Amino acid sequence: MTKLKQRSIEIYNWIERRLGLAKPIVEAAEHPKPAGSASWWYVFGSAAAVLLGLQVVTGVLLALVYVPSASEAWNSLQFLNHNVTLGWLLRAIHGWGSNFMIAIVLIHMAQVFLFGAYKFPRELTWIVGVLLLLLTLGMAFTGQVLRFDQDAYWGLGIGASIMSRVPFIGALLVHALLGGPIIAGATLSRFFTLHVFVIPGILLISAGLHVWMVLRLGINEWPMPGRLVRKTTYEREYHDLVRKDGMPFVPDAVWKDAIFAAAILLAVIACAFFFGPFGPTGQPDPTVIQTAPKPDFAFLWIYAVLAFLPPSLETPFLLIAPVVLIGALLLLPLAAGEGEKHWSRRPVAVLMVALIAVTLGVFTRLGTYTPWSPIMDAWSSDPVPTEYLHGRAPLERQGALVLQEKQCRDCHSLGGLGGLRGPALDSIATRMTEDQITRQVLQGGGNMPSYGNALNPSETTALVHFLLTLRGPGLTPAVDASRGLTRGK
Amino acid sequence: MNPSTSRRAFLFKLSLLLNGAVGAVLAVPILGYILGPALKKGSSYNSWVALGAIREFPEGETRLADYRNPVTTPWDGQTGNVACWVRRISGRQFQVFAINCAHLGCPVRWFAQSKLFLCPCHGGAYYADGSRASGPPPRGLFEYKHKISEGKLMISTGEMPTLATEACVQNPLIQIQSTPERTTRPS
Repeated sequence: MTKLKQRSIEIYNWIERRLGLAKPIVEAAEHPKPAGSASWWYVFGSAAAVLLGLQVVTGVLLALVYVPSASEAWNSLQFLNHNVTLGWLLRAIHGWGSNFMIAIVLIHMAQVFLFGAYKFPRELTWIVGVLLLLLTLGMAFTGQVLRFDQDAYWGLGIGASIMSRVPFIGALLVHALLGGPIIAGATLSRFFTLHVFVIPGILLISAGLHVWMVLRLGINEWPMPGRLVRKTTYEREYHDLVRKDGMPFVPDAVWKDAIFAAAILLAVIACAFFFGPFGPTGQPDPTVIQTAPKPDFAFLWIYAVLAFLPPSLETPFLLIAPVVLIGALLLLPLAAGEGEKHWSRRPVAVLMVALIAVTLGVFTRLGTYTPWSPIMDAWSSDPVPTEYLHGRAPLERQGALVLQEKQCRDCHSLGGLGGLRGPALDSIATRMTEDQITRQVLQGGGNMPSYGNALNPSETTALVHFLLTLRGPGLTPAVDASRGLTRGK
Repeated sequence: MNPSTSRRAFLFKLSLLLNGAVGAVLAVPILGYILGPALKKGSSYNSWVALGAIREFPEGETRLADYRNPVTTPWDGQTGNVACWVRRISGRQFQVFAINCAHLGCPVRWFAQSKLFLCPCHGGAYYADGSRASGPPPRGLFEYKHKISEGKLMISTGEMPTLATEACVQNPLIQIQSTPERTTRPS
């Protein structure tokens, strides 16, 4: 036994004498950390790194079967789902791992921001971190494209359409993105290269730099209200703090990171196991147009924002907003590199995080049920509630038929069924007079197309008469305020 | 300065210069390869494609048609197929619209009863003639150039229409009137 041990030590020494990596690695692992920072709040960065590792491993495994060809990618995913042993679980872990990674990276970023960790001397760590966020989102988007289904196909169309709005070089960017004139084989190959070679390469190098700077500069101390960061004194103060009240990262502080990482991995596996893989949805056949394309969860908020921009503002917004947003994130540590770190003394910072979180949350929520989209089959699937037909004159019932047949329900709901693009019509007669309804139907306006060409006069009359019967119980119909005056005289 | 030091400094600079030059030479094929599809002129992708005999398109109706894109690779599969909306106004008067919404490229659907094209993504709506009706699109539907040749409806196509790459007609009415006579032989 002792001989075996002796032999092992000899082999280790032989390698270490030539490689010389064990000493610096042990030193890095034992780097001292302020005791206050050995907190559960400081576990998100390492969890993101662990998830990155999971994505690399599962990604390599998926590449064993996936075929990056426009004609075969969809089939190879079906094959992975149904024919390869546990292929569905690997796909699910990779997909859920991506969602978790985006969430953890965002939480990590918010924590670092609220704890003032981006301030001197950790500015560059933050800037590389912003790059890591963008690369993570880039992986999510390109990964969604590799799931070469209907959503991926039309998502590429959205990407190309956004590119086409860039002045002068729009066409060049569209062709560079698609790798040709249309979304096809060359497009998938480009996104495969990005997802598998280019972005992961940059991502791994950047993550290495990020960790290197964390080790070199030390982990951010627990912020104290009133303890200000000054470039002249900070480093000395930090070293004093670590010397007085520090602990080695391994083994004294690492256990929290390790437990959290295990919990996150378990959560990913559980989600993957219980909810399964994402798609693929319908085949990427552009002649099948019965589809309502939607991006993955992380991009739903962008999809929602794009529904609310007025046409005249859309192109400037699309071109300027990302530059301003990313620029602000990159310049933040340079503009606010000194001063207070504690969140209780930085109300604007706290409000900004809250505002951004609520904004992203609201737009994501809207993106899940897309109230701006017509419901394409509502006109043939959602009946007019029977109580709206009781006691109605034949002309009014005829109007209800017109309402269904002219697809009004695709955008307007009755009894809670139908599209949400236009207002619900259940009490329309309390808001609009006969003349106003007629004008609105025939001429449109305020985001409603005009139906003057789609309705003949008798259809219009019937429809308007039906709409005039729609008012809530006990409510009086809308009246033209000037009518009494003109009639009275 | 020591002559051998200055010689080494010169050779070091020379080596940098040499590698810079080699790098520049290498950059030409790399950039050309990556940007090849982008630098190609958009109109060079276009050619005339037959959508079918004009009798397949009833007058006064708008029908979905599809065709194989003129530029494809054998591994494009289904993605090499493209759909479009054909509106036969009357006789030899046609309009052929791209399937892609002018807002963000989603596939628009035709609703004959309300005479509207509706987009499932963000609710863009267009009238029967392709003009913008409501919603976020900044313009009407993209329209392909078309002609009638030997009783067949042909369109000039080849690339995905977007705001920057529209192989399209600005004013549909002028286009219909100016369809070259020589291409429209009586059928």
